[in-house]
Amino acid sequence: MNSNGRVAVLGGLRIPFARQNGPYAQASNQDMLTATLDGLVEKFGLKSQVIDEVAAGGVLKHSRDFQLTRECVLGTGLDPRTPAYDVQQACGTSLETTILVGNKIALGQLESAIAGGFDTTSDAPIAINEDLREVLLQVNRARSNSERLRALAKVRPQQIVPEIPRNAEPRTGMSMGEHQAITTQEWGIGRKEQDELAVESHRKLAAAYDTGFMDDLVKPFLGLERDQNLRPDASLEKLSKLKPVFGGENGTMTAGNSTPLTDGASAVLLSSEKWAAERDIPVQAYLVDAQTAAVDHVHKREGLLMAPTYAVPRLLERNGLALQDFDFYELHEAFASQVLCTLRAWEDPVYCKERLGLEEPLGSIDRDKLNVRGGSLAAGHPFGATGAKIVAVLAKILGEHGSGRGLISICAAGGLGVTAIMEAA
Amino acid sequence: MADRYQQLVNTPIGKIVSKQIGLPTPIPLERYEPGQPVVTGPVLLGAAAGSGLAAPISKVLAAIGAEVETPPDDELRQGAADAGLDAGLFNPETASEDETFKALVFDATGIADSGRLKEAWAFFHPTIRRVRRSGRVIVLGTPPESCKEPAEAVAQRALEGLTRSIGKEVRKGATAQLLYLHPGADDDIEATLRFFLSPKSAYVSGQVVRIGKPAAQYERVDWEQPLNGKVALVTGASRGIGRSIAEVLSRDGAHVVGVDVPGQARELEEVTSRLGGSSLTVDITDADAPATIASHVLDNHGGVDVVVHNAGVTRDKTLARMSDEQWDLLMEINLIAPQRIDRELFSRDAVRPNGRVVCVSSISGIAGNAGQTNYSTSKAGVIGIVQMFAPALAERGATVNAVAPGFIETQMTATMPIPAREAGRRMNSLAQGGLPVDVAETIAWFANPGSAGVTGQVVRVCGQSMIGA
Repeated sequence: MNSNGRVAVLGGLRIPFARQNGPYAQASNQDMLTATLDGLVEKFGLKSQVIDEVAAGGVLKHSRDFQLTRECVLGTGLDPRTPAYDVQQACGTSLETTILVGNKIALGQLESAIAGGFDTTSDAPIAINEDLREVLLQVNRARSNSERLRALAKVRPQQIVPEIPRNAEPRTGMSMGEHQAITTQEWGIGRKEQDELAVESHRKLAAAYDTGFMDDLVKPFLGLERDQNLRPDASLEKLSKLKPVFGGENGTMTAGNSTPLTDGASAVLLSSEKWAAERDIPVQAYLVDAQTAAVDHVHKREGLLMAPTYAVPRLLERNGLALQDFDFYELHEAFASQVLCTLRAWEDPVYCKERLGLEEPLGSIDRDKLNVRGGSLAAGHPFGATGAKIVAVLAKILGEHGSGRGLISICAAGGLGVTAIMEAA
Repeated sequence: MADRYQQLVNTPIGKIVSKQIGLPTPIPLERYEPGQPVVTGPVLLGAAAGSGLAAPISKVLAAIGAEVETPPDDELRQGAADAGLDAGLFNPETASEDETFKALVFDATGIADSGRLKEAWAFFHPTIRRVRRSGRVIVLGTPPESCKEPAEAVAQRALEGLTRSIGKEVRKGATAQLLYLHPGADDDIEATLRFFLSPKSAYVSGQVVRIGKPAAQYERVDWEQPLNGKVALVTGASRGIGRSIAEVLSRDGAHVVGVDVPGQARELEEVTSRLGGSSLTVDITDADAPATIASHVLDNHGGVDVVVHNAGVTRDKTLARMSDEQWDLLMEINLIAPQRIDRELFSRDAVRPNGRVVCVSSISGIAGNAGQTNYSTSKAGVIGIVQMFAPALAERGATVNAVAPGFIETQMTATMPIPAREAGRRMNSLAQGGLPVDVAETIAWFANPGSAGVTGQVVRVCGQSMIGA
């Protein structure tokens, strides 16, 4: 098989993220991803070009949207002969699409690709009541009018109540926040350190906008120019007044240090070095390696969102790196406490030995290198869009820095973790 | 087995009344049932900075399968990791109030000066109220006499006051002990930690125990049957505490040779045959009794591993009214016979390697008691035996220790006048009398092959009685 060598990350783009039922309340996943892809087409001059593959996905999708990415591609300025497919891996979705197309580029199967993700919590699919669905399927199967009538007679008033998608783990019935509240308690993470991380996230993202860093990373959409969730004036004092939303009345997790439900989409352009050179597109960074992991959050006593702690040591070992050998760390802030639990776990001798099977703890990181342009707490977290957003930000950080290495770590529902290493070009 | 007062105050109405008028409310103590885990709830392990016992303690906690948490302290958690203990984290600042522990274990060996005693406060302040019913508090320190610096010795000595006061504060049937570990005895704490963590030490509290270098090497201990293949001689085995000792040593796997006077022959035979042991009827005050005993164990068993001097009597009278017979008989049985038996056994090499001598003293021997000059003298003398002979026996690979029972519910105490009986029962941290099995379990801990580092110790089984403390 032909090998293309290094996988170039040329840059990314997203629309500003909006809070649930905010400015994007009427926008569909298709609207958001199409706008995002068009932004990328414009940014890199890809109009009417065939891209070898577009892979994207989201968590909350209508069943009719099984080919959503392909439908979006057909609505953009890209050549309609551009292949596309959908992928879904919860909050890790668009880091996973990045890894997928990246691997194909490395193998020489693709020269160029777009990886992306999207999610709407406002235009969410609503399923009809399971009992009503049974009845309606019976009606559909009926061969005569009398049979149809008999089947329809089974409709009961309570069957009108629809099934609204819930942010809950199917096997535990607990929401992600409730799961994380247990982990937070287990790791003894305090309220103040969570609030501090949230304040930092807002401060850094606000600075990223103010200094123009975000200018070519975000394309205004439906009147929104910056992330709606961003609070440049967030302060410890303000955050400390919020009531806990997970973990009971003595809990430490609030709406301020947890990500809100968000709508948005993001995408990133990857290619072989040759493809980029031919088009004179500068390479911002290279995708070096990636690793996923999962934990048994159902039967074993492991936190739902702790899988990245398992993935990263494997990634480090394979690449002969220490946790400290990075210039930038992009740890997805699903909850401030998730980031803090992850960092503490890597510092903890017991966890590293007993759970991760390491002789020595991975150790601490320099916190000044963490989420330097803000994280999900400030920007929001449309599940499927977060991975590509982070890839785009880290690629630009590394591109501007001119050297160095970055680590991406994303926790996902279902006890999953997706992690990756990128290097400056 | 709760006494009547205890039953009464543990009824719903009794609880209200006793609380209103400030009466003590003793709770039924948990006692050991074979097959149950050492600790029946989570253990919180803490340490002062620079303490060195995290790994050996963790090793024991891992071995007993305890669910353990520690404060977020990297030094301590490295020790836990080194010992293969999968310990969770406990942050008192974020922990919910309903998070409680069956045991708090605090390694205080790192406290090198009095100012740093504050670290013990910092550990216990947010956790002492989290101790469950029949919970355990164990503090580990360095014996002051082994400390190199005077300031360290002072701070380590101070731990006695801390631990004893905790014993008086924890209530709910919980106990507190201080274990002084001589440097280099790290690997010999398992038997002692297991005993003090478990319900076997139900009625032992406020005690200070020193663990030194082992008197003998020992094989890996079978913790369910630690005395398997061992022979244990128990004097006064036909009734009361003696019978309980025979039962517990037998449960631990020992072949028990019960000794008692000819008048108790039938009862003795009943006990030993039930336990699959053997009996020897002899009056231990007889001149040839030591030779008879030594020959018996040598001829029938090739020697003896555990010798328990339990036989004892009281002959209470104030000194002015006490006859010389009352003095002589008691002294012969309680103090002189044990020494003669030991001398005979050791001179004939009847005690096998890693042997044990366990004497029964009394809190009367520590505190003195009106009407018991003879008894108190003999029981103080028993403490003398332990202290004087420990070094000599260590050279022969044996240990010698004593239990000092407080108020133990027996036929003898059942016939006491009510005021004296109630005072005896209630004037201790657990506000109740102990049971013969509590004394027996303590003796079984001394007898354990893993207790080779425990010698010259007198451990009270008194519920931390105020008498003589």
